[in-house]
Amino acid sequence: MSLFYFLTFVALLSALGVVFAKNPMHSVLFLVLTFFAISGHYLLLNAQFLAAVNIIVYAGAIMVLFLFVVMFLNLNADTEPNKSALAKVAGAIAGGLLLLVLIAALRNVNPTGADLNTFDSQIGMVNRLGLVLYQQYLLPFELASVLFLVAMVGSVMLGKREVGERHF
Amino acid sequence: MDFSALTSFVISWQSLVILAVFGISLLIATYSTYAERVVAAFLQDRVGPDRAGPYGLLQPLADAVKLFTKEEFFPAGANRGLFVFGPCLAMTTALMASAVIPFGNTLLLGNGEVVRLQAIEVNIGMLYVFGVVSLGVYGLMIGGWASNNKFSLLGAIRAAAQAVSYELAMGMALIALLMVTGTLSLRQIALQQYDGLWNIVYQPLGFIIFCVCAFAETNRTPFDLPECETELVGGYHTEYSSMKMGLYLFAEYINVFVASAVMSTLYFGGFSFPGEHLLYNYLTASQSELFAHNVVTILGTVTLFAKIFFFIFFFMWVRWTLPRFRYDQLMRLGWTMLFPLAILNIILTGAFILFFGNKEAKLDVSKEAAPTEIRTVARR
Repeated sequence: MSLFYFLTFVALLSALGVVFAKNPMHSVLFLVLTFFAISGHYLLLNAQFLAAVNIIVYAGAIMVLFLFVVMFLNLNADTEPNKSALAKVAGAIAGGLLLLVLIAALRNVNPTGADLNTFDSQIGMVNRLGLVLYQQYLLPFELASVLFLVAMVGSVMLGKREVGERHF
Repeated sequence: MDFSALTSFVISWQSLVILAVFGISLLIATYSTYAERVVAAFLQDRVGPDRAGPYGLLQPLADAVKLFTKEEFFPAGANRGLFVFGPCLAMTTALMASAVIPFGNTLLLGNGEVVRLQAIEVNIGMLYVFGVVSLGVYGLMIGGWASNNKFSLLGAIRAAAQAVSYELAMGMALIALLMVTGTLSLRQIALQQYDGLWNIVYQPLGFIIFCVCAFAETNRTPFDLPECETELVGGYHTEYSSMKMGLYLFAEYINVFVASAVMSTLYFGGFSFPGEHLLYNYLTASQSELFAHNVVTILGTVTLFAKIFFFIFFFMWVRWTLPRFRYDQLMRLGWTMLFPLAILNIILTGAFILFFGNKEAKLDVSKEAAPTEIRTVARR
């Protein structure tokens, strides 16, 4: 239980760090730390596969690309465009609405915990997850993979060099 | 019987193993710096380091003293916190990976206790190694960016692009292996190769892809573009001096050690060696079962280290043989050759399993094996 509170503390603190950090580089690193804390939560929930994949995909690949892009930015303070008040208000309203929806969704949840007698400790293991994905949820799984394929083909098309174009 | 005392005793044996794995990783990395020079000298027909101690064996100590006593330098305009954080992260992620590698089967103590020669056993070992390896690039990126130097930044950007590109092919190669083994646990994969052919027989193409990607992930020549000294001075560690520089170099050698250990475990039988069943049966007949099991385990560990040392030598051999790639060649190799090859490998593996594979047998072995079952596997 103390581990849960520690991970929650780290997750919340670093998530706040993402928003409040002035330097985009620090912001990205805080986001990586948030993903680590969330992976710790997955481990506590006995979902090892999810924890490892979260680290590999988000911390290991996507955030590396984020850093990659941030490194190309010119990070001098005077070049940063001043955000207008309208954007700030719009952001606050959008974030507040999301919070409202989340609270509404979670308000009636009654966490009872698992029944120790019927609880299956293998539930988050890789082979169990695979069986569920390929038997019970086969159609959504395949649809999601088609979606990924479309996204991949789209990115290849966008990145393809046009005839006569010179990149460097 | 005092149960708590017994538990603490078991824990202490296992923690000794953890300490030993930690120490051995560091020791091997230390002497890899020496081995690198000796191998370079051998391949170039030179003498190599021979001043410090007999055959120059104290050279790593002399290097450490030099690195520790050098001036620590912070470049102007560097982000101090991240500048220190970079090498720390590189070292930490490098050391984390050796935690799940099975360095041997089990040792049976006289009172019925079982000690696994592995720091921690997790059933997602392969994913763990892959995840930790993918984190290794952060140390390089953060250090290179925080140095406030154009060359360092270019090195960091190259490191990021290279790591992400080659991780994909590496993951694909691992997926094909996973289809053969049916388990993610490195210990189970090693045990499966105990009574049968090594995985290299089933996955020759996968091994080649994995090996090339391992070179790229550890930033070794011919893929050491992030620290390419002819173009980028020193790449991401241009501005580093003293032991912070030493940590970066050290992390690279630990990565080489881990990559060698993973390759030996996944594709070359791990701690299994030819004729172990004959030896086990012979020793069981002449001595006791306990003695036979322990002898086979210790010989297996020695074999695994022999395999690891061969791969470390292979890394160095390649470094002093092949020239460096150009950056566009590196990207083309990763995306247009290794990546399609890895997908082809997955399709071929799937077809083979579908038409020739004996699925039941494989699934049987992949089940969670209790320590006693491990012994029966060894006996077969």
